[in-house]
Amino acid sequence: MSAGWSSLEMAAAAAGDLVDGTYVNLGIGLPTLVTRALPSDREVVLHSENGILGAGPPPEAGDEDWDLIDAGKQPISLVPGGSYFSHADSFAMIRGGHLDVAILGAYQVSAAGDVANWHPGAGIPAVGGAMDLAVGARSVWVLMWHNDQDGRPKVLAECTLPVTGRGVVDRLYTDLGVFGFAGGSLVCRRLAPGVDRATVQDRTGTGIVFDDKEGQQ
Amino acid sequence: MNKVATDIPSAVADVGDGASILVGGFGGAGAPTALLEELAGRDLHDLTVIANNAGTGTTGLAALLASGAASRIICSYPRMRGSEIFEKLYSEGSIELELCPQGTLSERIRAAGAGIAGFYTRVAADTDLAAGRETRVIDGRLHVLETPLAADFALIRADTADRWGNLTYRKAARNFGPTMAMAGRVTVAETDRIVPLGDIDPELVVTPGIFVQRVVEVPS
Repeated sequence: MSAGWSSLEMAAAAAGDLVDGTYVNLGIGLPTLVTRALPSDREVVLHSENGILGAGPPPEAGDEDWDLIDAGKQPISLVPGGSYFSHADSFAMIRGGHLDVAILGAYQVSAAGDVANWHPGAGIPAVGGAMDLAVGARSVWVLMWHNDQDGRPKVLAECTLPVTGRGVVDRLYTDLGVFGFAGGSLVCRRLAPGVDRATVQDRTGTGIVFDDKEGQQ
Repeated sequence: MNKVATDIPSAVADVGDGASILVGGFGGAGAPTALLEELAGRDLHDLTVIANNAGTGTTGLAALLASGAASRIICSYPRMRGSEIFEKLYSEGSIELELCPQGTLSERIRAAGAGIAGFYTRVAADTDLAAGRETRVIDGRLHVLETPLAADFALIRADTADRWGNLTYRKAARNFGPTMAMAGRVTVAETDRIVPLGDIDPELVVTPGIFVQRVVEVPS
């Protein structure tokens, strides 16, 4: 990508918007990078769907404990104050509205805030906890590349892949900027450095309302 | 009362063709690998497996599937790195897949164990996963009716057991264990160790022994 954010910079944009003292679930894939980008002045408690509050960074090589893994089945650590619990309790936290934010990866997002991230279209689908998070978290953010590997838009007027949840996405972070959703339209809140309005519109499959004052100095 | 099985084969000796089996674990954490591999070594057919994943590599659940024992699997996340055995069986049409959102899966299992005949949830409402299902608008929002998922057997892995079947777990290997233990008509736990009655602090028992029929010591 010639302009815009790297994956870690996208994650940093999302991490910078997390509020101190919140409970946050990070989806597998790109959202796991948010762990590495959390500002040190925020105490954010990370929830992992497999029964962990207080998920910490990966251990040193050789110190992996395969009973302590994240949603992507990768070894992690537990921070002081962390806890373990069953799946039933974990998803009660999710469905019951106890999580402040879920940050999901996605195949597609629509102008209405629909998200598609469980069915790749062809092949075997895998939903995991995505549908639970999409309707259960108080605020749902998506972190994804703005375009797919062939350059096609992933932000569309309507999702063409089967949806995970409808009208659930509150904020969208891509390599091109930060977006919100209002009145059925995609709203650009912030442009990544080196990205102009024409570029982001050109690479998006739906009309954009520009309100990109966030993040400007 | 003594629920301690003398060895792995006797712990699952009554699992027969056509049985439904809840299989604990999230990935490899909490997977009852020894029990699954015991079943894989027998000539079983037409099992229904209920698990979060569909096995990876060649051990545990993947070994059971590779043996041809399962004709149906209910799970939330079958496709992941290393799930080649499931993918091959699925592409051949030799195993049927019912995909279920993870929290709905665990709550359906909990409902079975808790005597709840069903529940409405917003999860999956108005998506392809709930196509054709009974729905109801509650508080202005569309909900889907979900039904309980009981099974003939629940096979789980725990950390410490006693002869009454009280269990503790280790870290995030707890995952589906406590919930599945409630929903198996026969629940079998393989555990790192079996200790005398009273050695497990009652304040720390996670699964009370009433939910467990057999324990077998399988040190990791």
